[in-house]
Amino acid sequence: MVDFDVRLGLTPTDLALRAISNKRPDDWVELNAEDDVEFRVVQEAFPAEIVKSRKFRDEKTIWVKHESIVAILTLLRDHPETQFSFLSDLTCVDLLKVEKFDEASRFQVVYNLYSMATFKRLRVNALAPDGVAVNTVESVWPAANWLEREVYDLMGVEFANHSDLRRIQLPDDWVGHPLRKDEPLGGEEVEFSFNVRGR
Amino acid sequence: MAVLDKETDLPDAISNIKLPRGVFIERDEENDGLMIVNMGPQHPSTHGVLRLVVELDGETIVNCTPHIGYLHTGIEKTMENMTYYKALVCTDREDYLSNLINNTAYSLAVEKLLDIEIPARASRLRVILNELERIASHLLWLGTHCLDIGAMTVFFYCWRERDQILDLKEMLSGVRMMTSWICPGGLRGDAPDGWLERTKKFVDEFPAKLSEYDRLLTKNPIWIERLTGIGVVTPEDAIAYGMSGPSLRGSGVAFDVRKANPYCGYEQFDFDIPVGSNGDVYDRFLVRMEEFRQSIRILEQALKDVPGGPVITNDRKVAPPPRAELDTSMESLIHHFKLFTEGYHPPVGEAYGACESGRGEKGYYIYSDGSNIPYRVKINGPSLKNLQALPRMAKGRMIADVVAMIGSIDIVLGDIDR
Amino acid sequence: MNKAVNWARRNSVWPATFGLACCAIEMMAATNSRYDLARFGSEAFRASPRQADLMIVSGRVSKKMAPVLRRIYDQMPEPKWVISMGDCASCTGVFNNYALVQGVDTIVPVDIYVPGCPPNPDALIYGIMQLQKKIDREHFGDRR
Repeated sequence: MVDFDVRLGLTPTDLALRAISNKRPDDWVELNAEDDVEFRVVQEAFPAEIVKSRKFRDEKTIWVKHESIVAILTLLRDHPETQFSFLSDLTCVDLLKVEKFDEASRFQVVYNLYSMATFKRLRVNALAPDGVAVNTVESVWPAANWLEREVYDLMGVEFANHSDLRRIQLPDDWVGHPLRKDEPLGGEEVEFSFNVRGR
Repeated sequence: MAVLDKETDLPDAISNIKLPRGVFIERDEENDGLMIVNMGPQHPSTHGVLRLVVELDGETIVNCTPHIGYLHTGIEKTMENMTYYKALVCTDREDYLSNLINNTAYSLAVEKLLDIEIPARASRLRVILNELERIASHLLWLGTHCLDIGAMTVFFYCWRERDQILDLKEMLSGVRMMTSWICPGGLRGDAPDGWLERTKKFVDEFPAKLSEYDRLLTKNPIWIERLTGIGVVTPEDAIAYGMSGPSLRGSGVAFDVRKANPYCGYEQFDFDIPVGSNGDVYDRFLVRMEEFRQSIRILEQALKDVPGGPVITNDRKVAPPPRAELDTSMESLIHHFKLFTEGYHPPVGEAYGACESGRGEKGYYIYSDGSNIPYRVKINGPSLKNLQALPRMAKGRMIADVVAMIGSIDIVLGDIDR
Repeated sequence: MNKAVNWARRNSVWPATFGLACCAIEMMAATNSRYDLARFGSEAFRASPRQADLMIVSGRVSKKMAPVLRRIYDQMPEPKWVISMGDCASCTGVFNNYALVQGVDTIVPVDIYVPGCPPNPDALIYGIMQLQKKIDREHFGDRR
């Protein structure tokens, strides 16, 4: 007796694959105050600032408004339950071509925090409209100095009260901010590449 | 060092671009005899194309400002225009001394987005390759650090061993440096016959070579005299400046991504995190020397019982099907074609994959919009944050010590400028 | 006379240390214990461009670096040659983007292109040997 799938030329891996591709769940889970300490700490102090929160593949993200970002991050750094003493990364995403929470906020400044005490990570995303200066977190972590300069250089997000806001990667006389989504990739045109998709 | 005139030495054709002028000394009349020395961007003692503007009072450093960006490659933008699978090749070329570790960090982030598990053999081979890469990276650091300070011999010794590791990588993939061998889903291919034995042979032989370096350097009075007490960073400063890797551990903070947030099964291995006590250049040197031994320890355990089985995940949306299957299965052929032309579509979301590279915490932050191209990739380079602490280290020190400090934080400009 | 001058030039090509990126590591490997570039008279990497004959552009040249590169080239005394080592220097390879100079031959004249990403040290040595052949064919009066 011949298996139907085998006659179709399907290998066992093909069948396994079908099961996998059907399985993938949507992992958008909101953070809640009972399970997530970080979320509770922020919510207790700044309930009006939180826009959204999400747990995705065990990574916690909190979207906040950009106005009181310094106070939120200082709280997260100093609160005994969180102790996010280490700024792992600071970057920015240009949300021009993706779905946004509100139409006005073009950028999200991403603060990737790490706690040396609990070995946990937390991502705090500050939503900021184009042309509005976000307050610098240099006073919270000196490490933010160059990282903010890089964001300013490549993305064009300005940081208020920054001690030394100059271009860092590109020459001083560069025009534009290349990592914005409305800037082209640049370079030479390659032959037969007219239909290549790019952003 | 040539004394150049600042105003007249600009060539006309490119005078509109602000020029970093080779090496020149400028006497600042207003500030009472402060001298401004420009090191780099092409200087033999800077690692890569780093430019330092140093303000001197005699030989004491008043202020030291690093200028970076001379190797800005636009790797992030390039990766945002490639499919996930193709973008892997860019990861090798940013921090070009820890290629396989970059591959691992990127793969971890993509695997997190896709929510796939990798086979046990792939995990184990990743650990082996990561540790070999760390040894290779530290060997290059040791060689160039010694060369900067004036010990020429160790440079040749280190390259002798580094070439053996590069041979192993060449045997694995055919390329000496940019292998891209670790890919999302596992590895590109299995280790060839005899590769594990050859690695074992290297692991057995290496500790003897290591004690050779030890004899040359660790107790060498000139070496100790030259390195002790300079470039001191307190633990609080190190954390606040975001330093990581051996530069952070030299200050006494026992933070290692392999221990704190294990990946690829690092939790199975028994190893220690060496930490320094004073946070000076000599401590960072000792930490890295000890890391050689810990890497060898991990390698010995990892090579003992390498599990069998496949080296890439079974998920055909992510991994190419075996070559033999293409001849018999139409669906495999379609998957192969779709994978290399269109690629896979991770769900909407953000993921961060972190690894411990030779320099510190190497991270890839990926923002996926549900298409086959990463919407935003951010490379979190440890060297950038380590270098940021240099002005603080160098303040009030002698100019001759700056080179030792740069060597001790082991910066790679590809990692800083990207 | 020509033969004698070319013989002398060919066998003592001193490169400037112009390590930019990944290829610089392979360039260092070429000078080191195993590959030993000294066999071909090119082991003396000079820190000052004034003492160098050959510039090995090893790695990608960003637009910020381009004026520096041109300046170092101008500082080198004649006779001088340029090797463009690796894909990034020759045509930027995969990095066809805003930040890089698309081929170092747009700012300095290049004599030898060494392909590879990064090229093997063997390939670099082969490139230097090709340069030696090229020097042999030159008339010494053309470059002074």
